Amino acid sequence: MNRRVELRNHLRELHYFRIRLAISAGFMLLLFLLLFTRFFYLQVSQREHYHTLAEANRISIAPIVPNRGLIFDRNGEVLAHNYSAYTLEIIPSKVPDLEALINELSTIVEIAPRDRKRFKKLRDESKRFESLPIRTRLTDVEVARFAANRYRFPGVEIKARLFRQYPRGESASHVVGYIGRINDKDLEQLEARHDLANYRGSLYMGKIGLEQSYEKELHGITGFEEMETDAAGRVIRIISRTPPIPGNNLMLSLDAKLQEVAEKAFGDRRGALVAIEPDTGDILAFVSKPGFDPNLFVDGIDSENWDLLNNSIDRPLNNRALRGMYPPGSTFKPFMALAGLELNKRNAQQGISDPGYFSLPGSTHRFRDWKAGGHGYVDLHQSLVVSCDTYYYALANDLGIDNIASFTGKFGLGKKTGIDIEGEVMGLMPTQEWKMKRHKQKWYAGDTISVGIGQGYNLATPLQLAFATAILAGKGTAFRPHLVKQIKNNSNEILREIATEPLYTLDLNPAHLEAVKNALIDVTRPGGTAAVAAAGAAYAFAGKTGTSQVVGVKQGEKYMESKVQERHRDHALFIAYAPAKNPKIALSVLVENGGHGGATAAPIARLVMDYFLLGILPKESEAKTADPAGDDEEAVHD
Amino acid sequence: MTDPLRLWHYLTRYIDGFLLVGLLMLMTTGLITLYSATDANLSRVTNQGINMLVALGIMWLVANIPLQHIMRIAFPIYLTGLLLLLCVMLFGEINNGARRWLNLGVTRIQPSELMKIAVPLMMAWYFDMHEATLRLRDYGVATLLLLLPVVLILRQPDLGTALLIAASGFYVLFLTGLSWRIMVGLAIVGAGSVPFLWSMMHDYQRRRVMTLLDPTQDALGAGYHTIQSTIAIGSGGVLGKGWQHGTQTHLDFLPEKSTDFIFAVFSEEFGLVGNSLLLLLYVVVIGRGMFITANAPTQFTRLIAGSITLTFFTYIFVNMGMVIGILPVVGVPLPLISYGGTSMVTMLLGFGILMSIQTHPKLVKT
Repeated sequence: MNRRVELRNHLRELHYFRIRLAISAGFMLLLFLLLFTRFFYLQVSQREHYHTLAEANRISIAPIVPNRGLIFDRNGEVLAHNYSAYTLEIIPSKVPDLEALINELSTIVEIAPRDRKRFKKLRDESKRFESLPIRTRLTDVEVARFAANRYRFPGVEIKARLFRQYPRGESASHVVGYIGRINDKDLEQLEARHDLANYRGSLYMGKIGLEQSYEKELHGITGFEEMETDAAGRVIRIISRTPPIPGNNLMLSLDAKLQEVAEKAFGDRRGALVAIEPDTGDILAFVSKPGFDPNLFVDGIDSENWDLLNNSIDRPLNNRALRGMYPPGSTFKPFMALAGLELNKRNAQQGISDPGYFSLPGSTHRFRDWKAGGHGYVDLHQSLVVSCDTYYYALANDLGIDNIASFTGKFGLGKKTGIDIEGEVMGLMPTQEWKMKRHKQKWYAGDTISVGIGQGYNLATPLQLAFATAILAGKGTAFRPHLVKQIKNNSNEILREIATEPLYTLDLNPAHLEAVKNALIDVTRPGGTAAVAAAGAAYAFAGKTGTSQVVGVKQGEKYMESKVQERHRDHALFIAYAPAKNPKIALSVLVENGGHGGATAAPIARLVMDYFLLGILPKESEAKTADPAGDDEEAVHD
Repeated sequence: MTDPLRLWHYLTRYIDGFLLVGLLMLMTTGLITLYSATDANLSRVTNQGINMLVALGIMWLVANIPLQHIMRIAFPIYLTGLLLLLCVMLFGEINNGARRWLNLGVTRIQPSELMKIAVPLMMAWYFDMHEATLRLRDYGVATLLLLLPVVLILRQPDLGTALLIAASGFYVLFLTGLSWRIMVGLAIVGAGSVPFLWSMMHDYQRRRVMTLLDPTQDALGAGYHTIQSTIAIGSGGVLGKGWQHGTQTHLDFLPEKSTDFIFAVFSEEFGLVGNSLLLLLYVVVIGRGMFITANAPTQFTRLIAGSITLTFFTYIFVNMGMVIGILPVVGVPLPLISYGGTSMVTMLLGFGILMSIQTHPKLVKT
């Protein structure tokens, strides 16, 4: 083929191409003409017909919002309920000058600056045609006064609405959570799970805690009313009515009284406590201090209160029990001890002579015990009773990190427990692989040593520690921890029991278990690190104290000098179960910057157990203070 | 580059002003309509505005890439898309009863969206490669390249997307000069395979076709969409009911009114006059696309530009046709007007390619 022919070919092809293009253009114009013809037919020829149809499109369907399910504690104590109250609502699109109207309204009913701010926020978030509350919970006097002046305020209405209330306020706020107005993000989520239809007319949904996690149960099924309306949208008659099905009630495993005792025991301290029934996985108490008043969130929180909660250095909105990750400190030792026995690295009789430090072979670096000079001769039993560090440095080295991780993993460390509330974190149980992935570094033998006393990379949530303790207390049988025990319908018939079958049972040598458990009992006896807190208890209990170092204070956080000092102090930890022989309760306590576990965390556990097992309410003085000068337990190691 | 004017020139070097103005006018119309369709929900409108900015950014990027580069990645993109589609079939996420999404851990993607641009690119590239010696066998290969993804997407099932991709591929075949005889033959085969296709269709797809034939048959179910949208359009009359005053729209009779059925909102509120102006705007954009296509320098650019322009038209026609009740309800958005980021990006990516073709120096003149 010579060049000329090819060129001509090209030109010919281009010519063909342009013909085809012209054909396409004609084709498109033709179809557009078809569209236009159809528009013309619909909008000109048939306009009257469709106009009539649009006018007659008057069968409207109005949703009837179901009553939200209630939340009770295990004894039927109310944690969340609904009450009916009058609200004053404005439909912004019907009001030409909102500002003037609100000013005018405020001469009749009290409208605080807070109400105005909230209203403004609601307006920004909602549709123009929606009716929005300017005031909630009107008094009877206010209702009467507005009714008399109603003619002056077109576009303003009084409506009876159901409100959510949390009668116990701050208590168990992290567990119960709160509901809030449905926003765009919620709508997207509802759309994704195909629930949008069921939320027509619903203004609120659960935002956090059980209110969120059990939203599906609590919300109920929306009913519908088919009505005929006139041209202005006013209802002429109701054609049919499908009643809503109220949401289901939640019966928690939580004991509200116990919860309150535990919360009071913290006083002003920050921290968390989780108490579990070892035989069922029932969560008896779930404390995160400080808490917040969930009632603030129900009608949309105003910015002042929000800033107060959100920017507080104490971080009251943070659910420490569920999401706080702390080095477990010496509360990690019982699990280490059991690992040593089970993996044949130690036997209960074997002891070491503790010089007060541990060094890796071939290294001069000293991992120091908290007790200068050491504890002398220490066997497994003694190592737990006096919380000897050296024993566990050596044991950790003998076990190796991956063994430690896989063994303690059986107790749920470094894994989610599967609790029935959203937002749980995994904690951290490091492995060689993890470090390579996370830090792009190989694992050093030295890294293992500090893990052995719960002070290395390992982090656990108070929930995880309580779960692990419950497994230990229950002789190796694990139950999924759960806050909800039963789901009941509106007539209080039980619909569902949260399953209490064991998740799994660990195959542990009873003799090994016995050795560790006996040592934990002696921890609470004279000579043990929790002896002071346990003194005079009418039951035997087993426990382990812990103190975890605050690694550092985050930069960029503003707080007062005195507070900084306080926040550098160690976290106090304590895990325990009682009665020792047949445990009914297993718990973990964490007191942020509380110092020593035996001094600040163990007394809280004692108060909780006294109440749970004996029904003894703490004296007011006891609840507030915990002796700051307790026995020393652990020192800084480097 | 301190001189703002020079910077401006530098940035808009590869932007086709004519096309851009048309697109911006359409997008503005979209935002205005969306404001009404969402009952004055500013956050959704803002969201869409952001979608548009992102899409415009992508368009700018693509416009700046010379076509030789785009041509070079046609095959890799197609191959990736095909592999992803296979992954979707094997372990895609099921949503709404259809398996369309692929979860990559970080983000979820819908590979069929990628194929909307990858398929015409691939076919145009293929024909460009075999330009000199085009034989019937090449058409066979090209058809296979088209049918593979189409069948995979049909199985998801996503009829709308499959048809649009099939159309975009068909346009390439048509523009290369596929003989009329073959096309007629294919049409006959197509008509003959209707019963077979019918048996392959999912229930909801069959229902949609049945609904088209007689919407009143299922007035509260599948036919509801079409009935309400034709009422909205018809009652709009010549001048429309006015912005934000459509009763069908605001009394919540119109379904999907911010996405697939947004044209009913527009039509109810702006009437026949609005419709005509909108059609005109689309004609202007399509006309510019045809102009660019006609003057494109190479086989590849001609084919890809033609396919993009014709596919753009197809979107408009299928969407409007479904809203006014002359086509079945398939999930096809109204380009540049419907709410949604993905289709906005796909559309403007296509226009970016058109701009690149028009504005880069045409080295190879034929």
